[in-house]
Parts: sequence; structure tokens; C-alpha cells
Amino acid sequence: MRAFANLYARLDATTSSNAKLAALQDYFRAASADDAAWAVYFLSGGRPRQLVPTKLLRELTLRESGLPEWLFEESYQAVGDLAETMTLLLPETLHSSEEGLAVWVEQKLLPLRGLAPELLTMQLVPLLQQLDRRSQLVCIKLITGSFRVGVSRLLVTRALAAVAEVDAKRVAQRLVGYTDLSARPTATHYLKLVAPVNEDEDERLEGQPYPFFLAHPLQIPTDDFAAQIGSPDQWLVEWKWDGIRSQLVKRDGQLWVWSRGEELVTDRFPELNRLLDHIPDGTVIDGEIVVWKANAPYLETEETTRDSGWTDNCQLQPSALQNCVQPFALLQQRIGRKALTPKILENIPVVILAYDLLEWQGQDCRERPQWERRAQLEQVVATCGQPQLQISQLLTGESWQDLDRQREASRSLGVEGMMLKRKDARYGVGRTKDVGVWWKWKIDPYSIDAVLIYAQRGHGRRASLYTDYTFAVWDGAENILDRKLVPFAKAYSGLTDAEMREVDAIIRKTTVEKFGPVRSVTPSMVFELGFEGIALSTRHKSGIAVRFPRMLRWRQDKPVAEADTLETLRELLPQTSRQSKDDRTKTPDSKIESVNDTVSQTSPQDEVL
Amino acid sequence: MDLVIARPEGLYCPPGDFYIDPWRQVERAVITHGHGDHARTGHAHYLAATPGEGILRKRLGADIDLLALDYGQTINHHGVKLSLHPAGHVLGSAQVRLEYKGEVWVASGDYKVEDDGTCTPFESVRCHTYITESTFGLPIYKWQPQNEIFADINQWWQANADNNRTSVLFCYAFGKAQRLLSGLNPSIGPILVHGAVEPLNRVYREAGVALPHTQYVGELQDTSQIRKSIVLAPPSAQGTSWMKRFGDYSDAFASGWMQLRGTRRRRGVDRGFIMSDHADWPGLQKAIQGSGAERVFVTHGQVHTMVRWLCEQGLDAQGFTTEYGEEEAEAEAHLPHDTSDAAGVSESPLTENVVSEGSPQQHIDKATV
Ligand SMILES: [Zn+2]
Ligand SMILES: [Zn+2]
Repeated sequence: MRAFANLYARLDATTSSNAKLAALQDYFRAASADDAAWAVYFLSGGRPRQLVPTKLLRELTLRESGLPEWLFEESYQAVGDLAETMTLLLPETLHSSEEGLAVWVEQKLLPLRGLAPELLTMQLVPLLQQLDRRSQLVCIKLITGSFRVGVSRLLVTRALAAVAEVDAKRVAQRLVGYTDLSARPTATHYLKLVAPVNEDEDERLEGQPYPFFLAHPLQIPTDDFAAQIGSPDQWLVEWKWDGIRSQLVKRDGQLWVWSRGEELVTDRFPELNRLLDHIPDGTVIDGEIVVWKANAPYLETEETTRDSGWTDNCQLQPSALQNCVQPFALLQQRIGRKALTPKILENIPVVILAYDLLEWQGQDCRERPQWERRAQLEQVVATCGQPQLQISQLLTGESWQDLDRQREASRSLGVEGMMLKRKDARYGVGRTKDVGVWWKWKIDPYSIDAVLIYAQRGHGRRASLYTDYTFAVWDGAENILDRKLVPFAKAYSGLTDAEMREVDAIIRKTTVEKFGPVRSVTPSMVFELGFEGIALSTRHKSGIAVRFPRMLRWRQDKPVAEADTLETLRELLPQTSRQSKDDRTKTPDSKIESVNDTVSQTSPQDEVL
Repeated sequence: MDLVIARPEGLYCPPGDFYIDPWRQVERAVITHGHGDHARTGHAHYLAATPGEGILRKRLGADIDLLALDYGQTINHHGVKLSLHPAGHVLGSAQVRLEYKGEVWVASGDYKVEDDGTCTPFESVRCHTYITESTFGLPIYKWQPQNEIFADINQWWQANADNNRTSVLFCYAFGKAQRLLSGLNPSIGPILVHGAVEPLNRVYREAGVALPHTQYVGELQDTSQIRKSIVLAPPSAQGTSWMKRFGDYSDAFASGWMQLRGTRRRRGVDRGFIMSDHADWPGLQKAIQGSGAERVFVTHGQVHTMVRWLCEQGLDAQGFTTEYGEEEAEAEAHLPHDTSDAAGVSESPLTENVVSEGSPQQHIDKATV
């Protein structure tokens, strides 16, 4: 247990992928196969159901520490994580169990499930006393089902690959379904993961994807385009989709889906399996997985979809295509679910929008020019004829200015702007530019100057700071007496750590009232907020909801009186609002690299008491 | 009668007509210790503990009008008997004992109860009313003995040196840095310090505190051993171009705030060593109990929490609003600076009746209430 706890501490202490990788390798090299089997399970997202209710853990902590409940609450507020609060408050133990992770999980923790509360407490207290503080932390996280650590499945895969000296993509394939094991992970399972390549396994990796070719941001004025990159007819222009970049690999009668982080995500998107019989072997398609609703272009919240009279099949009506693509937030909801229920599959169906062909008839065609690959791709999609595979349509314009005008529709279409792909470009590797280039021509975010009026402590690593803010705008112009600040958005990203500390200090000095973890402050700080969408809302006091708000910069130069007004905000509303009202933040450039990473992004809180 | 009240200028003693660690400029200031939020410039007359004199002159100006009092030595000012007693926080830190008409108050300034070897250890002073800090006033804060932390630090340094990586340890320049130095194992490699740290080392050495040999980074001639070295630098150096000279380094931060995973990760360093110059929760309780006070005033930190807790323990507790740093991170991040604007007044109004009362121990016995 201690070795695993130390691994957790090392992973938790760093943000560097290399350091994490080194920690994982060290652990796997030293661990017994039994322990490693469980470690892989937990690290790649496997979670047994909650074994002990949090309520019981709280009561146990109160009793063992002898603290009053309010002091426990204050401590929890400061720490922001239940398991950590418990380990800091429970009396120090001198013991430290020598038994490994497997023994702990199988013989000590799993048997706790279903015990009556009194019995549970009786058994749990002596168990916790056998553990040092670090191990206690991990143990409590395991039994509450809240074990999370910042490693992606991809990183675990790479670590195992290095230890086993086997190609990472092969390990990824061996790992498929590992966390869904109906049986407990055992030494045998683990040894299979890290076994040397044997004769039975095909020499060629059946499902191997190609390295993704990545785009560069285009940040020059539209008027300079012609001079810098030539005329539009040298380029293929498409929308920049807001989904999950993926490769669809069909070989030897099997289908694999890889995300951009080269993570195998086939089992996350079972509906794509329907393409199996409609795409010939030896085909690799590059595209974007998006949520697709053929008859629900108007989207309110996750559960409500409105019939707005769209009855035509979107496929037959190219102009309606974008209306079928749903906001990324919805896709994120689906990824965030542990289990894909039939209801989710029905409510949040996905398709892949194809935009490139990397392999055709078993031949790597990345060296062929973009236009040729595109022509072939259009044929593949047409022959396939399944709604789960769509072509990412091309856009045309007589000039860059013309395209720029079309690009203004990006927001209402739920796309991030346009992609420009040189017609004669080869398909490169990563961010290369030597054989061709892809440009992402993104739209600017909306922005508004707003006043910070409430602050709340962050979670996890920001728990001791006030980092989550509520912002307001004025409900009247500067010359209006008694005008008020109306809250309209919450944001917690966009500041540097140094700025965050500075803002935190000001919040503490200007606090007017405290309500639990929230403080109201004397308005004194103005921030430029950026957001991706804006819509009318009846649920917000301001009558307006913004999407993905984040702080662009701290306007220390701007007095509160000069912040923007509700009127300015309203002027940004599109004529017909088609935005999702989901107001969680998402940094547009930190587009998910790993599907498993999104799981933790969508649940910023470790536990809720 | 209240011997200390909160005034806009700072904590004030009405019968004695002087302030303790005032944050606005006043006529007479008793300074508990040299940290920036406690020792400010511009007061006409200063009084502080003798071991802290060097620090104060370094920070506030060599020519400040300062009366240095040995620990336990008593002076009488307007009928108030005033003496200073070790607070164990940093070199020269003191608790201020005030006695007037049989009433005894002690203002602790900042303190910690563990003996760290670089300053006179904390002494419990009996009183009726105790003014305590509460920087780490939550039960989640519990420190390990410092020798365990030193062992961890030396181990980290050794491992880095073995891998040819410089170890950069961020810490507050005054107090924490010297305490860390005292625990480093010089046989591992050279010890380098930032320009903010070295002048304070000199003051400590002059005060007779044994510190290992240190080299000022700016004057380093031979850079061949830099990858075997440990570098002590203030937190403000993190992320600056000053760090570039160390190439591929491992960094760590030594502070009580490192107790929480969240703060540790937010700091963005490889390691967090939990070491504070403030009392932890058990330390605060021990000091308050040890004072025997029935009435407690709580200053900077977790004021509300501590007040409520102490009231529930049957004490008469309330908060004092001060402008001391709400958190150590703010309070001690100020670096030593040269000050020439300190008022140069030659008179010493606090020197009315300097009485030597013998050893501190004797004094405390007498003061026991
Ligand atoms: Zn201090
Ligand atoms: Zn202080």
C-alpha cells in the first residue's frame, strides 16, 4: 500500500508528464504483478463502487479527532478534499502496513462493502490505524470511489510499454476493456499487458493509427491573407468543428477509433461500430467526432430538445448540416459518464465528420496531395452511406473577405471558425509545416468588462485560494442614479497563479460578508471576460447566459464605474439564439488530448459532502 | 483596565502610551520581530529585543532610534513594566509582557514553540490576558519535528546532486532561510544563496548563530559545482530569469502552507517541505494554555475559528483586527530593503527606568500570576 501511496504522491506533486511517466515506470518496475494489476486498474480509471458512505467517514473523523462539527467543516473548507481533511484530522499513527495494494484491496477494503454502519466503523478504524498518512489518503479515496490522479490512460499505457519494452499502441490494444473487467484484475491480467510480443499476436498492429497532423493558428489580418498565403482557390476550406479529433481505422474486419492523444476510444463510441460492414478493409479516416441530432437543431439543456419544425433528414440538406452538430458541452457530458446507458446513446448520439483519408486499400496515402485524398474520401463516404459517417463539407468563397463574412456565422453554427488546408499539402506528422500546412482560422471570443462581486474557494489544488468568481455588469449607464450590478457569469480560469494570489489577497481585504465558502466583496476589480456564446436565459437574474466564460485579463486600469452594462451585453445577442446555456468553462485551446482526461475535467470536485 | 487596545495605528497600550508593531507611523513602537508586517519604517522611537537589533537596523536603517532590551530585562515606562521574552519565531523575536497595577498582558507577536536552534526558544510567560497570532489556527496544521524535515530535504538534495541537477529551495529570506541552512548537510555539495538571503546570514552569524558556509550566487566564480549545489532563494525568484543560470533544476518550497496538497500543487514546485516559523494548531493551544490566561485576543490568521474554539474551551476570547499579513505568504514575502527614511531622533523616551531584573527565568517566576 505504501508503494502505491508514494506513487500517488509523486503523480500528485507534479504537472510534468515526464515526471509522471518516470514515477509510473519506477512503480511498475518494482511492484509485484498482483499489486500492479490493481494499480493499472485504478490509474486508468477503474473504480469499484463506493464501499463506505462519506457520511460515515465524517462521523468517524469527528469521533476520532474529538473536534466539534463546525471546526471539521472549517477544516474541510480550507482543504477542499474530504479524504485529505480526514487524514489531517485523524490522530497520527505510527504504524505502517507492509502489505501491498492487492492485499489491501482484496482482503481488507472490498469486504467492507455492504456491512452495517456499526460493524463498518468497528472494522475501518483499526484498518486506518495501520496506515501512514499518505496511505490513509489513498485508502480513503479508494473506498469512497473518489480516487483520481492526473494521469491519462495514455500515460499509463506509455509507462507500461516502456517497462515491457513493447510498442505503446500494442499495450493500448491489450488494455482495451481492462477497467471494465467483470472479474477482479489479477496478476495474470497484468502479465498479459506487459508480456513480450508473441507469435499469436499479429506482427503488424492491426488497429494502429497514423500520427495526427496538427493545425497552426492563423493570426494575421484578413487583408494580408492573399499576400501571405495566396488566393482561396489554392485552399480547401472547412468549418473548424468543436468535437473530438479522431481516426477511424478499419482493417481485417475490425474497427478501431483513436482520439488525438492516440488513445483507443472505440468502446466509448459504440454507434460507430455500425460502420464496420460499410467501410472496406485497409481504410483510415481522419475526422471529428461530434454529437449529432438530425431533428433537434435547437438545444436548451441536456435533457430538453425542442422540435422546431426540422423534419428533413439533415444529410439531404447540406445547408442544414451545421444545425445538426450539437455543442461540445454535450459531448463532454457524454464522455463524463462512467457508463454508456442506452438512454445516453439515444439522447447524445455521435457521428464522425470525415475530413481526410490516410489509408486506402491498405496503402498509406498521406503522401498524396490534399485534394486527391479529399476526392477519394468523398467516394468512401458516399459508398458507405451510413449516417454515422458524414463528410465535413467544403466552403467556397471568391475572396478571403468573402470567406471572412461567412465565418461570422461560426458562433450560431457552433463551430470555432474555419480550417484552411492547402490543396497540394501532404499529410504531415504533428505540427510539422514542411510537407504542407493546415491553418486554423478561429473567431475571436466575445468580450466584456465585468466586475467581480462574489468569490468562492477553488477546489482541489486551488482549495486554499479564492479562485472562482461571479461577475456582474451594471444595469444602467454611468449617469443613472442607483444603478446596480447584476451578476451574469461565473469564471475560474484565465489568470496566472501570481494574479490569482493577488486577487485572493484583495478579496480577503474587501470582504463584506461570508456565506459558507462564498464571500461577497466591495466591488473594486474589473476583468475582461471572454466567452464563446451568449443567449437569453430565464434562469439567470441578468436574463442572459454566456457560454465558456473565462478571464481574458485583469483590467487594473479600469475603475468599476466604467465596467460594461447589461445593455452592452444584450447587444451581443444573436438574432436567434441557438446557444447552449451550459456555462461551464472550457479553454478553447486546451482541446482534449485524452478522452479519459475529460472525465476529471468535468468533475472538478473530488467529493461533495 | 485594558493594557492593549486596537487603534487605527496599531495595537496600543493606553497607560504606557506606546504601540506594539504599529502599521502607521507613531512616536513609540515596540517591535516584536523584523518581518515586514510587524516592523515598519518611520516610527520616532523603537524598542526591540537585543538579538533582533541587527536585523532591524538592516531592514529599517542603521540610524533608527532603537533601544535594545535583553530578554527578561524590564523597563518601566509611565508606570507600565515592560519586558521582552523569546517567541522562538525568528532571530530576536519577542513576546511583549506588560504589567500595570497588578494586571499582566502578553502580546506574542509571531511565535512557534519548537526549538529550531537558530533563535532563543519560545518561553511560556504567565499572564491574565494573552494576545496570540493564529496564522495556522486550524487543526489540519500539525508539524513534524524539524530533524525529520531536514532529513527529507538533505535526501532530496543528495538525490538531485547524484543526478547532476541543481536543487533550488524557495523560502523566506529572513528566518526560514537561516533555519534551513542550519539543518543542511554541507558534505553533499556547495550551498548557494540568493542576494536577498546572504545579508541576513551575515546578521545571524554576527549574532553567534552557527551556519554552514554559503556563497552568494552573484559572486560565484567557479560554476563547475553548480549542479551539485543547493540554492536558497526567496519565493519571488520563482519563474524569473534569475533561475535560468541553474539549467535543469529541481525546485522545492519550504512553508507551513505546504501541508495542503492544493497549495503545494498551486506553487508549481517539485517538492513541498512542510516547515513553518509559526506555531501549528497544537502549538497554539499549548502556548495559550501555558500562559494561564483567561482572556485571549486573537490576531492575524484564522481569527474567527480560533475565537470560537477558545470560547468553547471556556476562555474569554475575541479578535483584534490588525494589518499584519493575513497569511505568512503575504507577511513574509517582503524582502529586506534599504531604508533611509527612518526618522532619526536621538532621544530615547522609552529609557526612563531601565531595570535589570537578572535572569529571564527569575523574571518569569516573579511574573507568574
Ligand atoms: Zn513573522
Ligand atoms: Zn506576523
